[in-house]
Amino acid sequence: MHTRRLEWIIERALFLCAALSVLTTAGIIVVLAVETFEFLREVPVVEFLTGTEWTPLFATPRFGVLPLVAGTMLVSAIAMVVALPMGLLSAVYLSEYAPDGLRRIVKPVLEILAGVPTVVYGYFALMFVTPLLQRVFPQMAGFNALSPGIVMGIMILPLVSSLSEDAMRAVPQGLREGAYALGATRMQTALQVVVPAAFSGITAAFILAVSRAVGETMIVAIAAGQQPRLTANPFVPLETMTAYIVQVSLGDTPQGTLEYRTIFAVGMLLFLMTFVLNMVSTWLRERFREEYS
Amino acid sequence: MSVVTPSVASLSGLTARPGQPPARADAPVKIDVDRMNFYYGAKRALDGISIQIRANLVTAFIGPSGCGKSTFLRSLNRMNDIIPATRVEGTVLIDGQDIYAPGVDVVELRRRVGMVFQKSNPFPKSIFENVAYGLRINDMARSKAELADRVEESLRQAAIFDEVKDRLQDSALALSGGQQQRLCIARALAIRPEILLMDEPASALDPIATQRIEELIYDLKKTYTIVIVTHNMQQAARVSDHTAFFWLGRLVEYDRTDRIFTAPAEKLTEDYVTGRCG
Repeated sequence: MHTRRLEWIIERALFLCAALSVLTTAGIIVVLAVETFEFLREVPVVEFLTGTEWTPLFATPRFGVLPLVAGTMLVSAIAMVVALPMGLLSAVYLSEYAPDGLRRIVKPVLEILAGVPTVVYGYFALMFVTPLLQRVFPQMAGFNALSPGIVMGIMILPLVSSLSEDAMRAVPQGLREGAYALGATRMQTALQVVVPAAFSGITAAFILAVSRAVGETMIVAIAAGQQPRLTANPFVPLETMTAYIVQVSLGDTPQGTLEYRTIFAVGMLLFLMTFVLNMVSTWLRERFREEYS
Repeated sequence: MSVVTPSVASLSGLTARPGQPPARADAPVKIDVDRMNFYYGAKRALDGISIQIRANLVTAFIGPSGCGKSTFLRSLNRMNDIIPATRVEGTVLIDGQDIYAPGVDVVELRRRVGMVFQKSNPFPKSIFENVAYGLRINDMARSKAELADRVEESLRQAAIFDEVKDRLQDSALALSGGQQQRLCIARALAIRPEILLMDEPASALDPIATQRIEELIYDLKKTYTIVIVTHNMQQAARVSDHTAFFWLGRLVEYDRTDRIFTAPAEKLTEDYVTGRCG
């Protein structure tokens, strides 16, 4: 009797722990949704989504989110240009070439890169990479998209490489043997058979990395500037969605005002973007698993 | 394990000593293996294998799981090279050339010695591209038309063309298990190997698909030297001309298939083929 009671208590306690995280998530979404709804009562959704000026803190506020979205896209795109080829190539090396012992050392080391606090990356971008790039591009401003983009690429590189490597190692050995048996070289086998076979898994890794880049905050808040600007120029200061949220959250915007609610509207949009990306990534990984189960 | 002794078959004028040519001694020797040992790390998986495999016949390797027959098969196109820490001693000659000699081009070797695996392993590409792959990487087709011809010819040889001719651009993964295996045979045949190694090619297939593969093997031996590993003794009896019985990494007996199954020289072989052991 006593034991059964204890079991009951433990079971309930565990359930509460699990429920807590679900409820927290739900709570966040509800708050986001409510505040966003309030915001959209004052700013038409069309103006919000298609406006090209974002000046909510000015005397004549404008609420077009596109400059923030464009800033996010530009920095993420630069990050992906860095992370995709390098991540894929290092995955090919680790999965198809590296001897077991080397892989066992290199992979954890690479994953340590993912453990560096992002604020460190942010200052690395601002104080080291930007001055370095300014020697090559003298016209580049102190705050810009290129430097945080590159550093963010380095930050998500382990994610791309590690998940792509997992996908490639999950490709059945039989496929490699099939290629070798036809006289394929190691390189042909890796690039023409293994990579295509792992394609959906690799794509899932890429999309997850994009999602990570879109949501990344500290690097861009520190090194990209805080000037919402609709531009594709990587040399000038701009502001991303995340950096804007930081800016307003740290400021003295009174609660309940329209300026205050912009945080939630931008946050909601950001959430939707990363949510969709994560869903696509999960779906691709599931599909990949089915192909080789 | 068993000490190999001259068998009764040698009395009939045909040498049946392991490693020596048994029946059909008129067929030329294609693969000549002499005292070959094979190691996975420190573990010896094959022990003193000597065998002469004859051209344009079907040779079956039988024996219980782990007896080394697959390992031996895979050493004939150096497929074991991709497994770390493996080592070969002795000689393996194909057409008189030592395939383990330094400087041998493994790619060239595998082009001459094709392989079909136990589990069908089509690439995640179209049916056409699966068969074309070997031709492409080996630069064996000079034009698109030639490539298409060779693909069709190979699919016909593997007796699958009629089933797939209207959907060559579809994914190979959509085919049934038996079709996938015949596609893999077509893929192996496309580069016109001289030898075809088959590692339990029908073990994952239903009886009807198995029968098609067996008929195919019968047709193919006109053109190719075929070596097939099988768990299924009826299959060995049906498709092969010669049979080699492996036991614990050794070649116990090698003879004409009918003799192996009706009058084996070794007690161990008899016990195995009659189901008393293994």
